[in-house]
Amino acid sequence: MFKEKIHLGLDLQGGTHLVLEIDTDKALETMLERTANDLKEALMDSKVRFRHLEKAQGATIALELTDADGKALDNVLRDKFPELEIASTKAREGSGQLVTLKINDKRAVELKKLTVEHSLETIRNRVDQFGIAEPEIIPEGENRIIVQLPGVKDPERAKNLIGKTALLEFKLVDEEHSLEDALRGNIPEGGVIAYGLRSDKSTGERGSAPYLLKDKALITGASLETAKVQIADRFGDVTVSLKFNSQGAIDFERITGENVRKRLAIVLDGVVHSAPVIQERISGGHAQISGNFTMEEARDLAIVLRAGALPAPVNVLEERTVGPSLGNDSIRQGIMATLIGGLLVVIFMVVYYRLSGAIADLALTMNIFLVLAILAAFKATLTLPGIAGLLLTIGLAVDANILIFERIREELRTGKTIRIALDTGYNLAFITIIDTHITGIVASMFLIIFGTGPIKGFAVTTIIGLLASLFTAVFITRVIFDYVTWNFNIKKLSI
Amino acid sequence: MSMQLIKPGINLDFVGKIKYAIIFSISLIILSIGFVIFHGGLNPGIDFAGGSIIQIKFNKDVSADQIRTALRSTKLEHSTIQQFGMNEFLIRTHESFSDQQILAANLEQPLTTAFSKDFEIRRVEVVGAKVGADFKRKAILAVILSWAAMLIYVGFRFEFRYGLGGILALVHDVIITIGAVSVMKMEFTISILAALIFIIGFSINDTIVVLDRIRENVKLNPKQKLGDVINMSINQTLSRTILTSLTVFLTVLALYIFGGAVIRDFAFALMVGVVIGTYSSIYIACTIVLFFQNLQIATIKGKK
Repeated sequence: MFKEKIHLGLDLQGGTHLVLEIDTDKALETMLERTANDLKEALMDSKVRFRHLEKAQGATIALELTDADGKALDNVLRDKFPELEIASTKAREGSGQLVTLKINDKRAVELKKLTVEHSLETIRNRVDQFGIAEPEIIPEGENRIIVQLPGVKDPERAKNLIGKTALLEFKLVDEEHSLEDALRGNIPEGGVIAYGLRSDKSTGERGSAPYLLKDKALITGASLETAKVQIADRFGDVTVSLKFNSQGAIDFERITGENVRKRLAIVLDGVVHSAPVIQERISGGHAQISGNFTMEEARDLAIVLRAGALPAPVNVLEERTVGPSLGNDSIRQGIMATLIGGLLVVIFMVVYYRLSGAIADLALTMNIFLVLAILAAFKATLTLPGIAGLLLTIGLAVDANILIFERIREELRTGKTIRIALDTGYNLAFITIIDTHITGIVASMFLIIFGTGPIKGFAVTTIIGLLASLFTAVFITRVIFDYVTWNFNIKKLSI
Repeated sequence: MSMQLIKPGINLDFVGKIKYAIIFSISLIILSIGFVIFHGGLNPGIDFAGGSIIQIKFNKDVSADQIRTALRSTKLEHSTIQQFGMNEFLIRTHESFSDQQILAANLEQPLTTAFSKDFEIRRVEVVGAKVGADFKRKAILAVILSWAAMLIYVGFRFEFRYGLGGILALVHDVIITIGAVSVMKMEFTISILAALIFIIGFSINDTIVVLDRIRENVKLNPKQKLGDVINMSINQTLSRTILTSLTVFLTVLALYIFGGAVIRDFAFALMVGVVIGTYSSIYIACTIVLFFQNLQIATIKGKK
């Protein structure tokens, strides 16, 4: 009955829960690598003499100036690189000095925050396009993202889709230097070795082939307008066709025009997908990636390219997948336990407190419906521990009634009239009831702050249950007692 | 005549038996700590230690040994295999399988070879070591903070010695529940932690009720000895203490029996906690209050 209205947790409806960590340090380093290249050019432009400049360990740039005087460097930094600051300087023997540069702390924090925001948006885009009903993507802490995917049948595919960096780069193949030399460790300046997947069509075997590329990316996935799957030829080969945005199309035309007869490698996340020879200047901004994709792989690749690259690598820290059959079992068992536990309490109350117990039971029933209604209204999630929490609040809710009833019994024993006994009983028990509810709620709060998924559900239902019982067990029962004692001439309280 | 488990005029001598209660509690605490040490510390679940849990249900009769044989010479060779219901098993390993393909090669394929397709993987949980360490830190923090919050609340509502009595009772409950979990060789998971925190919130309830009554009676009978007032208060609230614990116990028992294997450990911890929490609100909290009173008297006498 409540299934459509109450949002079930992944442990009940089945699905995948992922906790991802955005490697913001890595993003910072990548950024610094670019900055190092820019700085090199800027220093040369400004005729600042230096022997050596490279990105060093951690997020720093190591720079060796030829002159001991750092004034010229200071000027360049102040004018063009306000985000950089000098971390340390060390005089070199003879002349010159070693300077270590880093991104200033405020800017670094800002960049990391931006990286996480950007990642969150990218992941949200990808999940939306993947077509999952009601996914939840929530940032957590400094650099974590929780992704909840209800009813996902293939968690591995979802994980790949979400976690793929999808950095698409077009790089020239270096054909002036020898690949063999480079593989022996003799990599030319500005060069890089990348591997490509090569599969033998006849045997179907997959191996990897090395390429010597020029490190500088001529154009990247950031210039894409869209990407889609295409069946390329009559053999049914699947490719992903790319369309650059207007600036991207202009750049691509210039790049291909300048490099006719050279090989242009299409690199995705560091892996060369293909390296075709540029036959002629390509205008119109279209390109395609081929590489023995299955239809599914191609579809997912198109999604990640459309949604854009992640600004930093993503690590999966936690992954929990529950199959729908286990979820159904849990629902069945949870409901069973709740019904039996609830029934035991209800019977106990009637046997022990007679009609008063029945009034408490009525309030208890209202409490359960109230909790479910609040869960539905606030779109809170009901988990298996949440059902347990609901059951526990049944036990706790009658606690308030027991407190009141025991007090009333005590007062009646001292010979007080029913009305006075009711008044005193409720009044004296009330403060204690407040106490017990506050402590219960406070303890559960700590679970919310701490909690993940299912346990948070436990804390939430417990808190709602306690609040609801304050209303039902105290207020509702009081109203019923007052109504009965005012309207009927009760000689003896059934308690 | 209404039903009464505890007769109204009851006057059991609780305070007189405090000595035995102290011995009992201390032995339980020593036993609990002893068991945890004997078992080489707590047995942390993947939530805290990192690792993987795989729950598999077979459609035919299969034993844990058969599964172990099937998984020989895979990465799951040294995993723990635990029966988890009818032909249902939990496989645990400290390795975090971040890649489903590795999992397939080490689990699905060997199982398919051994049992054909007669099984279903119903749950896979993988927690990285880094998250585990985080959870551990948060768990300790959560327990300590909830103790502190209760101390502050009870201290604020009553006075410091009452608060301290309440908190020591909670520490007592948590240690003994952890001990019981360790005796049963259950894994210490986030669910167990949730149970502990629930117990902290629950156990303080009974304590507050008793303390409230002690304070009320101290005001009413200022001349009476504190020991007698405490005893009277415990007796007056006894039926309420027992009854509410009983109703909560009934619900937890239902959870333990009918709630399914996934939540059984959690229900077990709650059952132990409810019983111990009830006992401790009667004995431990009151003992501490009395102890402080005697200490106060002793100091005053000492000063004279």
